[in-house]
Amino acid sequence: MSVFFLRRVLTLVATLFAASLIIFLVLDALPGNAAQMLMGADASPDAVRALTVKLGLDQPLTVRYLLWIEGMAVGDLGNSYVYGTPVAGLIAERLVLTIPLAIMSMLITVVLALAAGIYTAANHNKLGDVGVMSLTQVGIALPNFWFAILLILLFSVKLQLLSAGGFAGWDDGIWPGIRSLLLPAISLAVVQAAILARVTRSAVLEVLREDFVRTARAKGLGKREVLWRHVLRNAMIPVMTVMGLQFANLLAGTIVIENVFYLPGLGRLIFQSIANRDLIVVRNCVMLLAAMVVTVNFVVDMLYAFIDPRIKVSNL
Amino acid sequence: MSAPLTASAATAAIAPGAMPATGFWRRALRHRSFVLGAVLSLSVLGAALLSLVWTPWSATDIDIASKLRPPSAAHWLGTDVLGRDIVSLLLVGARSTILVGVIAVGIGLSFGVCLGLVAAARKGWTEELIMRMSDFTFAFPAVLSAIMLAAVAGPGMVTSITAIGIFQIPTFVRVTRGSANAIWAREFVLAARAAGKGSFRITIEHVLPNILSILIVQATIQFALAILAEAALSYLGLGTQPPQPSWGRMLNDAQTLLFQSPMLAVYPGAAIAIAVLGLNLLGDGLRDLLDPRLARER
Repeated sequence: MSVFFLRRVLTLVATLFAASLIIFLVLDALPGNAAQMLMGADASPDAVRALTVKLGLDQPLTVRYLLWIEGMAVGDLGNSYVYGTPVAGLIAERLVLTIPLAIMSMLITVVLALAAGIYTAANHNKLGDVGVMSLTQVGIALPNFWFAILLILLFSVKLQLLSAGGFAGWDDGIWPGIRSLLLPAISLAVVQAAILARVTRSAVLEVLREDFVRTARAKGLGKREVLWRHVLRNAMIPVMTVMGLQFANLLAGTIVIENVFYLPGLGRLIFQSIANRDLIVVRNCVMLLAAMVVTVNFVVDMLYAFIDPRIKVSNL
Repeated sequence: MSAPLTASAATAAIAPGAMPATGFWRRALRHRSFVLGAVLSLSVLGAALLSLVWTPWSATDIDIASKLRPPSAAHWLGTDVLGRDIVSLLLVGARSTILVGVIAVGIGLSFGVCLGLVAAARKGWTEELIMRMSDFTFAFPAVLSAIMLAAVAGPGMVTSITAIGIFQIPTFVRVTRGSANAIWAREFVLAARAAGKGSFRITIEHVLPNILSILIVQATIQFALAILAEAALSYLGLGTQPPQPSWGRMLNDAQTLLFQSPMLAVYPGAAIAIAVLGLNLLGDGLRDLLDPRLARER
């Protein structure tokens, strides 16, 4: 276990470093002078120089990069160029929305996908299978932000059940907050669930053809019992791989969906920061999102070994 | 299985796998999802081509006096908030969609296939490096790279094409390397080696032709993904910029008018969904038709 674990941790750390380097190079080295961009083209050179010094942009690139890495290690991400407040605080405020949204939509995705995938595999080539699979084909083709708009049309404009946007916050208890994240979470989940359902179905079908399934049936286990006790556990590996990859899409999706529902999450923060030329906020937000994607894939790798001990051996 | 022992025999052995001409079309026309996918994809392509020579109205001329008209004989699907004809906007929007998709997939395909072929041919640390780099690129979804590029270079079609193209590379690297590795293990490659061919010639003459059908299928599916990404980016204002019409942008405009003209938010989304559905079905169909072994396993 330890060698396998150590290798994965080293890869994780190396990946995070590489990501930080690329983000820093793209956002801080390429554009020239952030102070000039903040003040506009017709600002006086003196004022620009003063701001450059004030923001610490006069230091060499390597120093600024190392300062950033050091800051991330201790949780000090610097101050926003525009608001002057700590970036860490700005991001933390927004994560209160984005993380619950991501978790809610992942939960909905998994429930929908496993239900549809197992149902269709158990009813292979029957009417229900064909029907649900056609639905998933359509689901994959839907842009999630359009599905979100359609949900708004139905639930907010026609039925007037839920609000078309905005976030109630967590101050009045958990339900108003969840209610305002419900449509966004569903619109993110449905498209992902369509993909995951197809993966689940083919993974279950594959395992159903294995010899040990026939053995289990031969020793008298019922169809249902075999499915739940033997098949699912073995079918989980490809399903989890795709789930890990989907998490990246999900985070990218939250950026889009937050803009559809006017939710003050990380995605909206990034957009405001681009509009404000607040590159230090953009840099840290992008780093955070990339780190989340990489970390989730790392966790998925670890879970493989937990679900299927054979993987550890083959990786040693 | 009889192993072809000379290089020329090996080349001959490839031929049936490449593109069986007449049998292919006969089977294709009987394949339901291929036909449906082809019809949908061709209608989007047709719309884009048609917009080059004809649209019912100009897609850029603003006519505030006739804004938000309901569907009529003059404006089949009505007009938008600036009085532009929806049908014309949809037709011209198809053009941006296809343009961005083709170039982005072109970037992903050319870089991805080259890197994948090199990884499979060279093995060792070259392969390791290429694969780690492509794993790493997965950490940056198209929206994320588009955001970074837009923050420094400004939003626009070039930004979205670059971001989507970069995100497409690792998928092509993986698919190419995986299928190329399988070809490298075949006897006819060994035969070609024995006949004195180098890795470059083997890659070009034997590996590439044999993985071509897999790449065509993958490119079709990636095209669909590129269309979805382009739509999201122009919806966010990071992609195609007005006055150039794009489906994503139309949805953004329509969202502020949901209560007045809900249908404005339906048409562009339906257009995106039709294009993506068409390409996905086409990809599935091509997979079945070009590689019968895979079809049986599914």
